[in-house]
Amino acid sequence: MVPEAARVLADQLFRTGNPSSLHASGRAARRVVEESRERTAAALGARPSEVVWTAGGTEADNLAVKGLFWSRRAQDPSRRRILVSAAEHHAVLDPAFWMAEHAGAELVLLPVDADGVLVVDALRRELEAHGDQAALISVMWANNEVGALQPLDDVVALARRFGVPVHADAVQAVGQVPVDFAASGLDALTVSAHKLGGPGGVGALLARRGLDLTPVLHGGGQERGVRSGTLDAPLIASFGVAADLAVTGRAEHAARVGALRDDLVARVLAAVPGAVLRGPADTARRLPANAHFTFAGCEGDSLLYLLDSAGVEASTGSACQAGVPRPSHVLLAMGVDEDVARGALRFSLGRTSTAADVEALLTVLPGVVERARAAGLAGRGTAVPV
Amino acid sequence: MRVLAALSGGVDSAVAAARAVDAGHDVVGVHMALSRTRDQFRTGSRGCCSIEDAGDARRAADVLGIPYYVWDLSERFEETVVADFLAEYEAGRTPNPCVRCNEHIKFSALLDKAVALGFDAVCTGHYARIEVDADGSRALHRSADPAKDQSYVLAVMGPERLARSMFPLGDVPSKEQTRAEAAARGLSVSAKPDSYDICFVADGDTQGFLRSRLGERPGEIVDTAGEVVGTHDGAYAYTVGQRRGLALGRPAPDGKPRYVLAVEPVRNRVVVGPADELEVAVVEADRAVWFTPVTRGPLACAVQVRAHGAPVEATASVLDDGSLSVAVGPGLRGVAPGQSLVLYAGTRVLGQATVTGTRRGASPVRPAPAGGRAS
Repeated sequence: MVPEAARVLADQLFRTGNPSSLHASGRAARRVVEESRERTAAALGARPSEVVWTAGGTEADNLAVKGLFWSRRAQDPSRRRILVSAAEHHAVLDPAFWMAEHAGAELVLLPVDADGVLVVDALRRELEAHGDQAALISVMWANNEVGALQPLDDVVALARRFGVPVHADAVQAVGQVPVDFAASGLDALTVSAHKLGGPGGVGALLARRGLDLTPVLHGGGQERGVRSGTLDAPLIASFGVAADLAVTGRAEHAARVGALRDDLVARVLAAVPGAVLRGPADTARRLPANAHFTFAGCEGDSLLYLLDSAGVEASTGSACQAGVPRPSHVLLAMGVDEDVARGALRFSLGRTSTAADVEALLTVLPGVVERARAAGLAGRGTAVPV
Repeated sequence: MRVLAALSGGVDSAVAAARAVDAGHDVVGVHMALSRTRDQFRTGSRGCCSIEDAGDARRAADVLGIPYYVWDLSERFEETVVADFLAEYEAGRTPNPCVRCNEHIKFSALLDKAVALGFDAVCTGHYARIEVDADGSRALHRSADPAKDQSYVLAVMGPERLARSMFPLGDVPSKEQTRAEAAARGLSVSAKPDSYDICFVADGDTQGFLRSRLGERPGEIVDTAGEVVGTHDGAYAYTVGQRRGLALGRPAPDGKPRYVLAVEPVRNRVVVGPADELEVAVVEADRAVWFTPVTRGPLACAVQVRAHGAPVEATASVLDDGSLSVAVGPGLRGVAPGQSLVLYAGTRVLGQATVTGTRRGASPVRPAPAGGRAS
């Protein structure tokens, strides 16, 4: 967390008051919540009334997918198709699959190209054939694994023609690339505090004014009646501070980590045989902090272990709940071979990353990959002398 | 040493890892994911690879302060242990999947990968002792607690892999002691029930599992005279020495209970008869693994053919093709092809082989690969 956001969180924890209460401490808490709402809205190009607080990005994504589906189908029972890109985060993909299994939705997975970018033509063909049956479209702002920025302008323009609401998960994008809700033309957008220097457990769905959303959580009717539940003023206050700082410091941050990332990519490709950059090679088309590679013949868990014991923290992609590394659905959707996809590593650069970190990584990575490759062969049954 | 501690999520492997840490080794915990369709929770003593188990293994690693990883070996497990289990039953033999798991997964896939990643040894919670002889060679022995001894299922690994193994629980006098030690160390798994059944048959219904994977194949149950005495849904679901589940319509003429004497996969027949026909005089076995220099024999030893069976006195001879012919003393009954045969001298493991057939007195009872009738 950025220190300013942590400090606000700690200060607010010592205050009492339910923002929905009418007594003095309640009113004080309400003021904290509303000031943060204004601040967050301003940072993201939204109106304050368009901010719906949630307990994080996953809840906001669930509210968007389920809430839009139910409201659109209630207006027009023939609108049952949920259109999502095959490279979406699980917080979008899994609710979409769930709605298909349990709520009468028809799931349409839109393809991505070899760079992980949505194939706009496929969306056009789908809408031209079945546009009158589409309930919603959900395409992320930028892919969380391979960093590919998505053609949301094209998506929004197409969706307008067919009267279909569009949601975007922008959890990865805020603070990395410019995100302006009003200018985007989106109907709904997900943001999460912990990805922009704020605390875990708080996020928001930006929902266009007048957008009809069926609630997922029912209760006290907070947040326009769309999201019931007592508001957590300390988390919300901290989120607002973090969002503000992330957006005002964005350009400088992006330039700094972007340069580090470019250096990291060039040096990894030069130093490690068989390393392949995944996601767009044109760095203007990907998140500035993201670098993603596959190392054919390696297992992701071997790479993680060897890097971890050398003091480098990386990620293989998204882990399932038991922590078993599986080939990434994003890489598979990009057409990467399953065996190659097992040897994937994502490096994310943050506020504290330095050139010395890149240097340290490059010192160990070639040896790590070589060793992981030997272990990968061992795992496939080739005898290793014992 | 750099030690990879296999953590199942149970109490034994957790305490074994703790002892490796105490011994001053650089320990990393690894939980093996062996099933692709994992249950959320364990039900009683069954199964061993639920998500709850993975969580327990992670907690144990946290308490011990060691790094923790999950390695997905489910594909290898399916290709080797489960496939072997099905093929063996289908061929009328009786496999021991724990032996095959030690052979193909724990002391093969896991060990090879560990060595390739720079580890010196794999540590498990098995109950067996490793003794170093005067000449520096390592010998596998029964554990201090005979009731928990697992040298039987470990023998298949052979001496080279034993040199890369650690069993810190081999000298524990009883399982209660392991639990007490776990509790004293603050390991939350100290009271977790032991697992007994085959881990990939989660509901414990082996016959049902075989039926679901191999399909129904109805056939006849016959007595030793060839008379049809009943029917079955698939000969593969029967094992030599089995009495329960035969569901024979009428009693035997002598009024005595009948047992499975032989399973004939080609004719899809199950042969039943009285208990005294299960008595075995000679066991034949192949795929021998030796911990001692191989002699032609005859080698006086004790043999064990089941994980929890009592050892019997025996004399083993090695034939020209490397297979074994073992004359056994009285008391060995119902030995099926496919079972693992382990040879002991006192507590020391001499070798291991896989049973191919048995003889009762001078005439062969089995094998009957072309559907020959049992004598």
